[in-house]
Amino acid sequence: MNVALFIPCYIDQFYPQVAIATLQLLEKFGCKVSYPLKQTCCGQPMANSGFEHLSTACNELFVENFSGYDYIVSPSGSCTLHIKEHLHTARHTQAEEQIRTQVYELTEFLVDVLKVQTLQAKFPYKVGMHQSCHGQRGLHLSQMTELNAAPFSKPGSLLNMVEGLELVTLDRPDECCGFGGTFCVTEEAVSAKMGKDRVADHVTHKADYITAADMSCLMHLEGILKRQKSATKIIHIAEILNAG
Amino acid sequence: MSHTKNTIAHADAAAVFNKDEARVNWHDKTLWFIREKRDKISHSIDEWEQLREYASQIKNNVLSNLSEYLQQFEANAITNGITVHWAADAAEHNAIVHRILKQHNIDRMVKSKSMLTEECGLNEYLEASGIEVIDTDLGERIVQLAAEPPSHIVLPCIHKKKEEIGELFHEHLGTEKGASDPEYLTAAARQHLRETFLTRRAALTGVNFAVAETGEFVVCTNEGNADMGAHLADVHIACMGIEKIIPQQQHLSVFLRLLARSATGQPITTYSSHFKKPQPQQQMHIVLVDNGRSIHLGKEDFRNALKCIRCGACMNTCPVYRRSGGHSYHNAVAGPIGSILTPNMDMKKNADLPFASTLCGSCTNVCPVKIDIHDQLYKWRQVIVQEGYAPTAKKASMNVMGWVLSSPKIYDMAGKAARWTLRNTPFVVNNKLNPWFKEREMPAAPKQSFKEWYKTNRKIHE
Repeated sequence: MNVALFIPCYIDQFYPQVAIATLQLLEKFGCKVSYPLKQTCCGQPMANSGFEHLSTACNELFVENFSGYDYIVSPSGSCTLHIKEHLHTARHTQAEEQIRTQVYELTEFLVDVLKVQTLQAKFPYKVGMHQSCHGQRGLHLSQMTELNAAPFSKPGSLLNMVEGLELVTLDRPDECCGFGGTFCVTEEAVSAKMGKDRVADHVTHKADYITAADMSCLMHLEGILKRQKSATKIIHIAEILNAG
Repeated sequence: MSHTKNTIAHADAAAVFNKDEARVNWHDKTLWFIREKRDKISHSIDEWEQLREYASQIKNNVLSNLSEYLQQFEANAITNGITVHWAADAAEHNAIVHRILKQHNIDRMVKSKSMLTEECGLNEYLEASGIEVIDTDLGERIVQLAAEPPSHIVLPCIHKKKEEIGELFHEHLGTEKGASDPEYLTAAARQHLRETFLTRRAALTGVNFAVAETGEFVVCTNEGNADMGAHLADVHIACMGIEKIIPQQQHLSVFLRLLARSATGQPITTYSSHFKKPQPQQQMHIVLVDNGRSIHLGKEDFRNALKCIRCGACMNTCPVYRRSGGHSYHNAVAGPIGSILTPNMDMKKNADLPFASTLCGSCTNVCPVKIDIHDQLYKWRQVIVQEGYAPTAKKASMNVMGWVLSSPKIYDMAGKAARWTLRNTPFVVNNKLNPWFKEREMPAAPKQSFKEWYKTNRKIHE
């Protein structure tokens, strides 16, 4: 199985350990993983700000980089969703259509494609799971509390396979953290307040770590935790699943 | 539109709102409580998601056949003895109401359950013409006494604490100073309004649903003021946006089950009042208002926002609304639904609103008529930028970002430079010019990007 690793720009630059964990995890499950070296970004920062037209070059670059693989896997629900919903080029090629259906967020790839039943991971900590909105409501990685529907959670089921890990229960299991892309600076007051409230829910429930399938939410929550000099830390789910 | 002479952008109003963090916490918890009530009651009905789907399909049908249903409604309403008026915009709506009142020499009117008249600025218009309007619903009355616009379409005074309401009532209704017991205050308001009802000859109500096949309309209330006003007055004027039409009476069985559960977590509103024909010696008027709706209907990406039944569930669930308050949306309809309705009315004035969201999608999930609210927010952003309403600084930074991310080489260099800066000269970014840094630390910058790591550690094996 030929898997292309799609690493969001800010993970590449600021959280390389998340990308390394993703790569190693996929390799553990026998995937032949390649990392196309000319990748940059999915284009979401521009598109979500209303500048979709400025992401044309990003889209074309993405198609160039990621054509011809069996699957494309990314440790980000948000970037994956963006590709699924908005990867369009002027040429409307079959390649881009294929990419939109082949791109998977890491935990959904592990659960739905690799059908992972057991993990060798060990992580003896109390962990709060943050449901990143685009992964949850966009990709349906977990059931949403608004809906009257049977509960499930792909990242949750994987975390439950980790030895020693204890998931904490949150008061608001799927409230947005307030990152929101450029929202985090254009609506700084609300963004920061949402982040503080999310952090407080995890800290109150004594989480040692906050984890998520999206590093952008965690980067925002980490900024708040560090400012508060909190003992609670953030960790991407790939790092937990690859731990021990 | 009313109350919006000096529009403050959402982000700025939200920053002011957030200066009192304890109050933000209170506001958030109050609305979250309603969201939880809504969850509880909607999760107790097995067919909830099916009901939402029915409601959505009925409304889709309405939007596709709006003119026919409106004409059918008009014909049946006229047969029933109702006088039907058509208003192209807010000004026409206000003039029609004014004309009816003048014909009857009425200079005082009671009003209940109408966000449309807020949208049209009717109160200010009539007051300027010497006509007194008394809002009879408690929440509306409170904000009217405070000379403020409603902050929520269902819970207009949700931004006010009971102590503040006590103070307001002490000042205007003569209740005891310092009294804040909700029961006491409600009784005082009721007493005061009872007198008002008995002396007013005209009553204006909103409309929740107008039934095309019967020519009747339905008003859903908890306090019963719409009934009391309409029954005691000589003239009943009902104002509705043209999208409030439903084809058949049986469709109420879907909407009445969804409306109150979504709005407040009640099984149904206390009163679902059906008005079909005037009583003897009484006049009944209905004003069908367009005010931008036909234009909205013509916008394919945005038309289904007109399915809205004004339950307010998207506001209660919106993490941004809960932490910025209804007034920050500077419109009669606030929150996520307001942010997709109002750019159609005035794109320049409301260009900030589709950006007042993280696109988390919770609004779409609670919407009882399945409006794709967060997708429309995304689409409005594109339209607003295309139409030239993006701030200049944002345009410039987006151009740079687009340029950097379109070239792998420039991207690698820019990334390296950014990490170097963060490591070696952090004061360049860790200052008050950087909104991120105000309440958050910047991420630590590693020496090596993943790509650099990969080139040294893996490329050799390939």
